[in-house]
Amino acid sequence: MSVLRSGMGAGAVPSGAPVSLSGVGKTFQTSGGGRTVALENIDLDVQPTEFISLIGPSGCGKSTLLRIVGDLIEPSTGTVQVNGKPARRARLDRDYGMVFQAPVLFEWRSVEANVRLPLEVMGVDKGTREQRVHDMLELVELGAFKKHYPHQLSGGMQQRVAIARALCFQPALLLMDEPFGALDEMTRERLNIEVLRIWQQTGTTILFVTHSIPEAVFLSTRVVVMSARPGRISEVISIDLPQPRNDQTRESERYFELVTQVRESLRGRGAAASAARARAEGGIG
Amino acid sequence: MTASAGTLSPSDRGPSVVRGLLTVAWRYLPPTVVLVAVLIAWELSAAGTGRRVIPAPSAILAALGTERDLLLASAQATIYEAIGGLAIGTVAGTAVAFATSRWAGTRAILLPLAVGASAVPLIAIAPILNNWFGVLDPFSKMMMAALLVFFPITVNVTRGLVQVQPAALELMRSYASSEVEVLLKVRVPNMLPFFFTALKVSTTLAFIGAIVGEFYGGTSDVLGRVVLTEISGGSFDVAWAAILLGAVGAIASYVAVTLAERAVIPWYAALRGDER
Amino acid sequence: MTDEQQAPPESAVATSRGRSSAPARALLRTAAVMGLFLLGVAVIWEGFKALFGDPWRYPQLGIDFRPPFHLLQAADLQLPHVWDIVGALANPVQRSAAQSLGQFLVGAAIFTWWEALIGFVIGALVGVVLATLFVHSRLAERAFVPYVIASQTIPIVALAPLIVVGLGRGIVSIVFIAVYLTFFPVTIAEVRGLRSPDPRSLELMRSYAASRWSIFWKVRLPASVPYLFSALKIAATASVVGTIIGEDPGGASEGLGRAIVNFNQQYITGPEKLWATILVASLLGMAFYLVVRMIEVIALRGRRVAQA
Repeated sequence: MSVLRSGMGAGAVPSGAPVSLSGVGKTFQTSGGGRTVALENIDLDVQPTEFISLIGPSGCGKSTLLRIVGDLIEPSTGTVQVNGKPARRARLDRDYGMVFQAPVLFEWRSVEANVRLPLEVMGVDKGTREQRVHDMLELVELGAFKKHYPHQLSGGMQQRVAIARALCFQPALLLMDEPFGALDEMTRERLNIEVLRIWQQTGTTILFVTHSIPEAVFLSTRVVVMSARPGRISEVISIDLPQPRNDQTRESERYFELVTQVRESLRGRGAAASAARARAEGGIG
Repeated sequence: MTASAGTLSPSDRGPSVVRGLLTVAWRYLPPTVVLVAVLIAWELSAAGTGRRVIPAPSAILAALGTERDLLLASAQATIYEAIGGLAIGTVAGTAVAFATSRWAGTRAILLPLAVGASAVPLIAIAPILNNWFGVLDPFSKMMMAALLVFFPITVNVTRGLVQVQPAALELMRSYASSEVEVLLKVRVPNMLPFFFTALKVSTTLAFIGAIVGEFYGGTSDVLGRVVLTEISGGSFDVAWAAILLGAVGAIASYVAVTLAERAVIPWYAALRGDER
Repeated sequence: MTDEQQAPPESAVATSRGRSSAPARALLRTAAVMGLFLLGVAVIWEGFKALFGDPWRYPQLGIDFRPPFHLLQAADLQLPHVWDIVGALANPVQRSAAQSLGQFLVGAAIFTWWEALIGFVIGALVGVVLATLFVHSRLAERAFVPYVIASQTIPIVALAPLIVVGLGRGIVSIVFIAVYLTFFPVTIAEVRGLRSPDPRSLELMRSYAASRWSIFWKVRLPASVPYLFSALKIAATASVVGTIIGEDPGGASEGLGRAIVNFNQQYITGPEKLWATILVASLLGMAFYLVVRMIEVIALRGRRVAQA
């Protein structure tokens, strides 16, 4: 990868943990005049080059949490530090890239123009821009399609373009909000391996929101299990599967054990939940 | 997904040519047949007797020849009014649309005005515009055209500037983009298809504004007045010839806008497929 | 599609409190918008005159105000005060006439209303019938739709004098012009509407061995109603416009179009009269629009109603 220039995402040397959340909470005012507590008391520290999945039922606030990290939503309580700075500073310094569930490509730009977008906004000079775009498209293996338009590509290909775009300014942190949710299972599995490859090659820290337990286990170094109403972290499970992971990993004993562990945790029968219940039963008369 | 046109092997050539011809025929033959049939029926039913309210097509074409100077001068004048009005209305409408997209408060004022104006027969103000700007002055007809054009342009351009995917705005926010950058890189490209749709509709409105403005008064060498004069003089063929020129002018403007659209936003045509 | 509820602070869809009140409220909202329109125009009008017009002299109210600038178009002759226009409605229509201007204009408006209404209804029916034909016969569609589309680019209204000459002076030609202006937008929109149902609903009907007619009545036609109404709102105005323009050459002595031409000729002696006629014509257009909107709101009861 080419050497980073300063001011283009602090990808080279992140100062402090990539993400550090302390006591973060978010309450929304609903149109009916009530209040919804989307998130409550979130504490999380993410180390460099980790791959963290956020998983939980609908309404647990995982997407909200991701957007709080990205300074797209303001938290009601708590502090958010990204690369050792407040979230707003990190956004203004362009320290992270974001991939949404929908590719959100601009239909009026070709594939390469779409990937170029953040570099244009950040004022990168033309030569570096061209090189970056080329490298990124090679990375996601879509170099042959650079002159195509989004509507000419399949959903999976569009999402790969979105990933290339998110990485082109080499952020230290990548935020991904169910990026493969709209794709079929086979494409999804293939793209999971792609993401891992890109992760290894670029050394980016990734925060990944998903609905899929197998996906969370396959991709992550740690899985953060959340519960709903109000949104809380119920458990953090370390995934000790060896790297690099591949199709064989999906068939290993340990993989199935971990998937079951995550599933149990989601059902409220995980280790943390059982311990909490034991405390409750024993404590209060 | 574009169909791949592979190379034809000699053995394919025969049926493919036929297939190609059939496609063309299927597409263009029915309307052509209709046109030819109508023209023939029209010509035959009107043949012979002198002045008729709907002269034969041949008589109309003949009138184009005999009154060439008057008709061409009038067509030029009317087209000038219509295009001038189209330009004024488009510029004003676009400027207002940019202003309202920037300041949401102005949108609250504009929206009732636009909806109300769309329900009102604006054309009724043509005589007033003639009074204001001079009945013999082409500018009064331009203003009528501009007034009709203003509202569709404003409404559509505003819609295009404002109705952007929220996720796209979030994306730009994640790049810490300035408002101007969001405007230039997201809102304006998003707005262009809406703009051209409104512009296509506006070409017709501009011609209507110009010609109807002329009905209420104008110099003698504009298409609207030519139509009225020739009708009262009984020369219907000349009147129809004048209308034909007006129609040609309007269609030519429409085609020009379509070509401009294809040049400015080529990606849009491809996106919509072969929707005519 | 993420089913994660972001619990957004602003909700995009206005939730209706009660099913029965939603149509009434939608209609009231449109009427309020019209009212705001009139108010807005009046404010801009008088504001314009206050900046560029003739002096405002009302000794009884102690007002003697000189606007800072001057533009011909803002003068009292060219742009009478709003209250003068409204006040003129109470004055006699002609110097020695018994009828007031207001009475006269209401009569003219009613006449124009009926012409426009007949033209509108016939035009809408023709539009729906043509659209039905085009949807069921690809050949008819390919043969005629290019002309339907091309005709939208032609300033049809320019044909008004010729139509009148051809069909004779009188209500028939005026209605014809209104029909002509109405059926094009209706046809195009209705074709789109009839084709709008999800292909899967059509497959479902076919699995019931439903006839084409049955599919048309039960699926296509109901699906086309929103499209139809958006075109009808445009057509309503077009119908009124066509009627007004057609009345002068059409020699209809009783309609608003005729009144506009007459009062334009007499402009110097009473500018308020022409303006009052324009005001009444605008109100007529709005009333027409509101009627169509009311029918739309009733027809689309239960479905999501479009804003304004």
